[in-house]
Amino acid sequence: MERVAVLGAGMTRFMRRAQETGKELAWEAARMALDEAGLTLKDVECVALVSAPDAFDGVHMKGEYLADGAGATRKPFMRSFVGGGSGVFAIIHGWYHVASGHFDTCLVVAEEKMSSTMPHPQAAFNTIYDQFTERPLGVNLLWIFALEMNRYMQVHKIPLETIAQVSVKNKLNGLDHPCHQEGITPGPDLTVKDVLDSEIMVWPVHRLMVSPVTDGAAALVLASERVAKRMTDKPVWIEGVGWHLDSSYWTNRDLYYPKYVEYAARMAYRMAGITDPRKEIHVVEPYDPFAYKELHHLEGLLLADKGEAPRLLEKGVFNRDGELPSCPSGGLLGVGNPIAAAGTMKVAEIFWQLRGEAGARQVARPVKRGLAQAWGDLMQVGTVVVLGR
Amino acid sequence: MMKPQNARGVPLKDEDLKVGKVLTTEWRVKADYAWDCGIAIGRYFDGLKEGKILATRCRRCRRTVVPPRIFCEWCFKPMDEWVEVRDTGRVNTFSVSYFSWDMTPLEKPEVPAVVEIDGCSPGVGFMHLLGEVGDNLDEILRRVKVGMKVRAVWKPADQRTGAITDILYFKPEEE
Ligand SMILES: [Zn+2]
Repeated sequence: MERVAVLGAGMTRFMRRAQETGKELAWEAARMALDEAGLTLKDVECVALVSAPDAFDGVHMKGEYLADGAGATRKPFMRSFVGGGSGVFAIIHGWYHVASGHFDTCLVVAEEKMSSTMPHPQAAFNTIYDQFTERPLGVNLLWIFALEMNRYMQVHKIPLETIAQVSVKNKLNGLDHPCHQEGITPGPDLTVKDVLDSEIMVWPVHRLMVSPVTDGAAALVLASERVAKRMTDKPVWIEGVGWHLDSSYWTNRDLYYPKYVEYAARMAYRMAGITDPRKEIHVVEPYDPFAYKELHHLEGLLLADKGEAPRLLEKGVFNRDGELPSCPSGGLLGVGNPIAAAGTMKVAEIFWQLRGEAGARQVARPVKRGLAQAWGDLMQVGTVVVLGR
Repeated sequence: MMKPQNARGVPLKDEDLKVGKVLTTEWRVKADYAWDCGIAIGRYFDGLKEGKILATRCRRCRRTVVPPRIFCEWCFKPMDEWVEVRDTGRVNTFSVSYFSWDMTPLEKPEVPAVVEIDGCSPGVGFMHLLGEVGDNLDEILRRVKVGMKVRAVWKPADQRTGAITDILYFKPEEE
């Protein structure tokens, strides 16, 4: 198995509604990643693409539609998709191409344009539910995450104020991200009270506890050790990858704990030779489409005991200057949530953190190893990557 | 230096589309579907029509599940038997929704819940709605608790169609 490095990362601004088409967004992100890697399209041997449901765009065969913008013309090309988990699945998918020894370079592109669905992409989301037993009830996406959030809060007796603290942390972090979606953070003096006073959408979920609808793209350039050594003196390596899927009979399992995230994390830790993740992971980007999810995922990633993440949050452990900085980018709550591209933005953040290039977002502690994680489908998929330098 | 540098993208406002500041092309998808309910859900819905909740059981995994399936996804063998379970259960979790399926605001909130069904394996249930629990958040939060006992309220027998909506909702049940 070949060692695989990340040579460059790129992304567009995250926007509620972009003037650019999906193809144009993909091209902008891919171009930035290639520039940063010091490569051109000629050097790209294959392309791995992720993008969420075709229904968002109303374009079937979206992978093929996006391929030109993703640099895949006349190249081996593959699209994968695991809902919101896709953004981190993308780098796993790209890793395969290079780790297999089959290719020396792979361009990984993640694109999402959600604004085309009118008036709101929620109606497109409706088609993910079971058509016999769930859809006739009038389910929407917020329902089931509110159900999961309430279950998590009830089992561990977590106050809503603590969940609101996640929103405050990430939305304030996001102000330092040049690509953050306009208006995603009400202001630099955002408080827990503001979050709790924001509109209740589906109790216990308040508006400021949900990531917004976003257009955007992100991209990564992966290379074999042979190419990486030639191109850079500070390579970032893919040390571990893991992914795992649980049953779509989600009402038959206890939602208070994401076991599938734990299995994905264990797989990645094993590959990376990590035995004590709390000491060996120095910065983390867990998936935070909803405020509770960051805490839920930190527990699934074994970076906190079950029910302990809220307490660690209150102690400041997950702040940028804390012992285990979490979502220093601002995450989906503070930068935006273009579904498949959101996870890839997180991988890019870990890449920039490890290279010491995150500027105002750079975490205080020294970092040699970081983790990005995404999640999706019917609360059933976990995707994990560990990067190190 | 702070990465990413000079990221591109032109943000638009809804207004920009309305006033024609940028050009758009519109399309409406016309796509109707009719799904065969299949073997397991077909029989499940036959049961609902008769006012019964049917589950399937895997003896090897000692598991009784709803919604029923003809195979056990754990041991990958056929399910061993169909069993009628109760139309009562306990609230595993619930939420209070102010938005419809397409994000239209609702005046009276809906109360989705996962109900663990009596007679199924512990923790096994399905999603449905709670009813007769109040019209506003305070009242709903006062009356609905995780772990509380609930009972199905059925449509009148002559109005049932063999669908999940043959159960109107679950309502609180005295212990
Ligand atoms: Zn079985």
